[in-house]
This record gives sequence, structure tokens and C-alpha cells, in this order.
Amino acid sequence: MNNPKTLFDKIWDAHVVREVPGDRQVLYIDRHFIHEVTSPQAFAGLKERGLPIFRKEKIVATADHNIPTINQHLPITEPLSRKQVDTLTDNCSEFDIPLFGMGHDKQGIVHVIGPEQGITKPGMTIVCGDSHTSTHGAFGSIAFGIGTSQVEQVMASQSLILDRPKTMRITIDGNLSAGVSAKDIILYIISKLTTSGGTGYFVEYAGEAIRALSMEARMTICNMSIEMGARGGMIAPDDTTYTYVNGREHAPKGDQWDAALAYWKTLYTDDGAKFDAEYNYDAADISPMITYGTNPGMGIAINGVVPQLKDHKALDYMGLNEGEYLVGKEVQHVFIGSCTNARIEDLRQVADFVKGKHRAANIKVMVVPGSKAVEAQAKEEGLDQVFLSAGFELRSPGCSACLGMNADKIPAGEYCVSTSNRNFEGRQGPGARTLLASPLTAAATAIYGKIVDVRHYLS
Amino acid sequence: MEPINQLTSTAVPLPIEDVDTDQIIPARFLKAVTKHGFGDNLFRDWRYDNTDQPIPDFVLNNDTYHGSVLVAGKNFGCGSSREHAAWALADYGFKVVISSFFADIFKGNAMNNGIVPITVSDAQLDEIFKSIEADPETQFDLDLNQQTLKVNGLVINFDIDAYKKDCLIKGHDDIDYLISLKSEIESFEANQVIY
Ligand code: SF4
Repeated sequence: MNNPKTLFDKIWDAHVVREVPGDRQVLYIDRHFIHEVTSPQAFAGLKERGLPIFRKEKIVATADHNIPTINQHLPITEPLSRKQVDTLTDNCSEFDIPLFGMGHDKQGIVHVIGPEQGITKPGMTIVCGDSHTSTHGAFGSIAFGIGTSQVEQVMASQSLILDRPKTMRITIDGNLSAGVSAKDIILYIISKLTTSGGTGYFVEYAGEAIRALSMEARMTICNMSIEMGARGGMIAPDDTTYTYVNGREHAPKGDQWDAALAYWKTLYTDDGAKFDAEYNYDAADISPMITYGTNPGMGIAINGVVPQLKDHKALDYMGLNEGEYLVGKEVQHVFIGSCTNARIEDLRQVADFVKGKHRAANIKVMVVPGSKAVEAQAKEEGLDQVFLSAGFELRSPGCSACLGMNADKIPAGEYCVSTSNRNFEGRQGPGARTLLASPLTAAATAIYGKIVDVRHYLS
Repeated sequence: MEPINQLTSTAVPLPIEDVDTDQIIPARFLKAVTKHGFGDNLFRDWRYDNTDQPIPDFVLNNDTYHGSVLVAGKNFGCGSSREHAAWALADYGFKVVISSFFADIFKGNAMNNGIVPITVSDAQLDEIFKSIEADPETQFDLDLNQQTLKVNGLVINFDIDAYKKDCLIKGHDDIDYLISLKSEIESFEANQVIY
């Protein structure tokens, strides 16, 4: 092949409207998701400038960050949250944008609803004023988070002025061991590359172990690309992708499907294409992972010890010591939720593990589905009953304790094993101590009342 | 956006690495629907205790340090895409942030709000922190057009994207340029097959 290209380059090049003097390009955006937190100032900016929305049919809105996860049929009581959600509702009706607001049967976390409705598809450019937009890259699309100024720019022009990121490929070959999941893969990668190792890069995940993952597991991986600083992450589409997309509400149908499929099949990295950086890992080396510190790069194998650090700030905050084992440590909370791990497969995996067991007396467990559709599916499969008998609280969808903008917070000083993506100081509430882990590790922690190596408890 | 080109100021040191956007502005303060007033909650949980009393150890509560330049440890602004972080810094009065490494989205957000992010080497950052420690009144001289920062005899030539530099100096944002491309964007769309 004359000019081998990476998957990233193929999609990016197909979206360049023009070059801008000074090394930048105008990139066309196919899909724009918005939510209540990062859009109000963009709408206000447009109104101030007297600008219309350029392509309202390319925008999809949902309310997720602020909304309560109980009594969703009642108005939001917290006045500022209510105002933000109401502002989104008003803006969407003023500008005629479809909104999956509170109470809507398709409402959910923005990065959960896009894929499940078939809005997210291979080959697209997708943005949202939210860093975990990288999730959508799992379909073989270029998806990345933007700031509110850029939200306004996309509303006004369906385009952005961007510098072209560098490319990185992370290849995971081999097979995962029992008890190890996609969440462990990505926590492992971030622990190797650190929270800044991916800065300036767009990452493609490749290799046998990635190919073997379900679509939902691929989303978990791409979701956390931002936690190593990367602009986004992506996985080449394959049969797993097509099967997932096919038949969903916004998926192409009939002849359109055939044409789409023919195009999607050209979306892979050509042999011999060059990446600016490459890393290779073996899936067999990956154990269940857990974080001990205050950024997602501070992760260790579950049976490891807290390492020596040059700065003790993170350990002081976490109330942990160097050389300490996390296995056996008592925690007070387990949170199963967020755009990383609140899809139906995550809930099934948790239910499967906890079926016939009961949570330990010292632990409060919140299970927050990623969307209304996930919630409905869970109920249809009877997972709600499994959770109920296990003493787990199944709540209604939203971002919830992932970032504590609603009432779901972890009290100061208490520990929470969480399936979310960020363990920053105060992320789950002021003073909250977050330990990131997989749904399976979280489930096992809830049952045994302390952090355990789930591999010892698999039947 | 306010234009910025030359600036002389003292600086506030924050020698902490990996400062994430949840520290710059915690999520519970993201509920506003305007861009104003975020400065009060800048670094909220480091600045105030849980009874809302200022924590004397934190640099923003220490009168010794002041000015419109913030000097921070490596990997400043990692985490969320919230532009509220840039709004909080701007609202507080910071016009320049110096670090040896910036997270991508933060850097873009800063420039879209008239804040100049200046990347220096680890060694230069060290030296800058030492200068401020030795004399909190150390002056920082920025010349954006020349891409130079002078600190205590140290002259740093920094890199900045040519397009963004021009925007900062003129106080322009991207939207004006993008709107001028309307017909070009429309013809791009006409040729695009999407599914
Ligand atoms: S679940 Fe958490 S990470 Fe995901 S969009 Fe909501 S707040 Fe952001």
C-alpha cells in the first residue's frame, strides 16, 4: 500500500473542511451531545450574539449530572440543580432540540444513551462538553470532550478549529484471566502511562484481548482514555460493532445499512501505518486493579501494596500508608454506576455474583443504572429482585455519586469502592475517599464488607 | 474576550503536581447558568475548610503572594472538560498560568477565555518557584507577541500555537472565524455521505 493510514487519520481526514493558517484545521462535527452543566453558557452566548443554531438536527440533549436518583417523578428540590435542568429544557424547546430529560423513557447518562439508541456509529466525529465523550470511540469514531466555548462554536457552525493530535496505539494481546475485566485493563494501562502519558494523543486500542471484548466492555476502555490525558480513544469497528449497532433506533436500515457497512469495513489501521507512540501489553499480566490514591493513575494490582511515593499528599487524603495491603481493608460504601460501568452487562455481572448472597452489614450499596433503558432491562431480567434480596439499593439513572452534583455523596473520610472513573479529592463529595475498581471487585467488596481479591471467590 | 499582549505582575505559586479540574472548581459549584462568580470558589476545598473558614496555609489565603500570574506544578488542569475551571481562574483575576505541562482540554479552554498558558521546562519551573520563594515580589514580564517571559534575569522563549496567539492578542474567539466559513461548511456537507 502506498500511503498506509491509521484508523484515526482516515476519519479525521474525511472531516477536514479546510486548513487554518498556524497549523490548525477546521473539522466538521457529525454529532453533538449536550447536557445541562456545560451548555447553558453556550446557549446564552449564542443568544447574546443573535446567532441561530446551524444544524439543530445534529444535537441530542439529556439531563444527567444534576438529577436525583430517587423520586424522579417529583420536581428537583435543590434549587440550583433544578434551575440548571430547567434552563436546558427551556433552551431545547426554544431551539427545537430533542431532549431526553428527567422522566423521559430514554433519559440517561449522555455516554450511555448515544450508543444504546444507535446514535453513535462508526466513522463519525462526535463531541460533547464532557471529557468522557471518549466513550463513543469504542465504535470506531473520533469522539472527544470539548469546553463550553466550543459547544457554542459547534452550535453556531457544526465545526471546530483544532490542532491535529498525535496518534498512539496500545496493543493488548493474549487472554484475560477469570475475574479480570475491561475496567482492569484500562486501570492497568493508566497506571503504566500515568495521568499525563496520553496528553496530546488520540489512542487506538488494538490486539487480541481488545477484539475479544463486547461493545460495552470496549466503551469502558475508551471511556477512561481521558484519564491518561488523551484526547480520546478508539477501537476499529468489527462484527461485534456491527451486530451491536444493527437494528437500533437510529441505525441505518435496508440499502442504507448495506452502504454504511461497506464504508465501515474500510475503517481500520492499514498495515504499515505509523503511530507517534506505541505500547504493547499482555492481557495475562493484568490482575483485578484498584486505586489507592487521588488520581486514576495511582492504581495497583488488587493483591499488591501501596507503593512508595515522593509526595504524601494523596496518601494523607486517603488515610493510607505506603506498604499497606488494600485487600482486607474495610470500606463503608460501594457505588456501582457512571458512564464507565453502569450498562446492562455491568449490572448482569454484579447480579450474577451477588445472587443468593447478602451485603455485609457495614456497607451501603448504591446501584445506579446508566439509563432508563438499562433500568428497564434490568427489571425485565429480574436483576432488581436480586439486588433487593442482596440489600443493594437500585436507584434511577443519572451521574449520581460519580461526581456528587446531586444528593448522592460519600461522607467525608469514608471509603467508597466505586466503578466510576475518577478518584480525585472530593470527587464523590467533600472529603470522600474513592477507590476505583471493576464492577466485579465492587460487588465482592459489598458482600464481604472489605476489599477482596475477587479471583478467590469465583465459583 | 479581552485582548492580552504585554503584562507585568507578581505571581502566586502552587507547587502541586496533577492539579485536576475538580480541585480548581469542585463539581458542586458547577450549577450556575452564567460564566460569572466562579472565582469565589476557585480551589474551594483547599481554600476553605468545611465550616467555610479560610485555611491559612493555602496560598490564596496568604497575603504575601498576589498578582495575575499563577505558577503551578506539572500536569495542571487534568480531568474534566469543564470550562468552569478557566472561568474560575479568569474571574479570580489570573491572566497567565505557568506550568511545565498542561492537560489538553484545559489549555484550550484557558486560551478561549483570554488566559495565556505558558509551558516551561521542569528546570525552568523549579527556578521560577525558587525565585518566588526567595522574593514574593519577583516580577514576571510577559510579551505574548514576542513569546517571551522574563523572570528575575531568566528569559524564557515559549511556544504557542500561531493561530491561538493571534486570537489572544486581538481578543477574538474562534466563533467569528467559523461563522465566516458558513458556505464552505455547507459545501462540505453537500459532499459528505453520513449514515
Ligand atoms: S457518569 Fe460521571 S464521568 Fe460520566 S458523564 Fe456523568 S459525571 Fe461525567
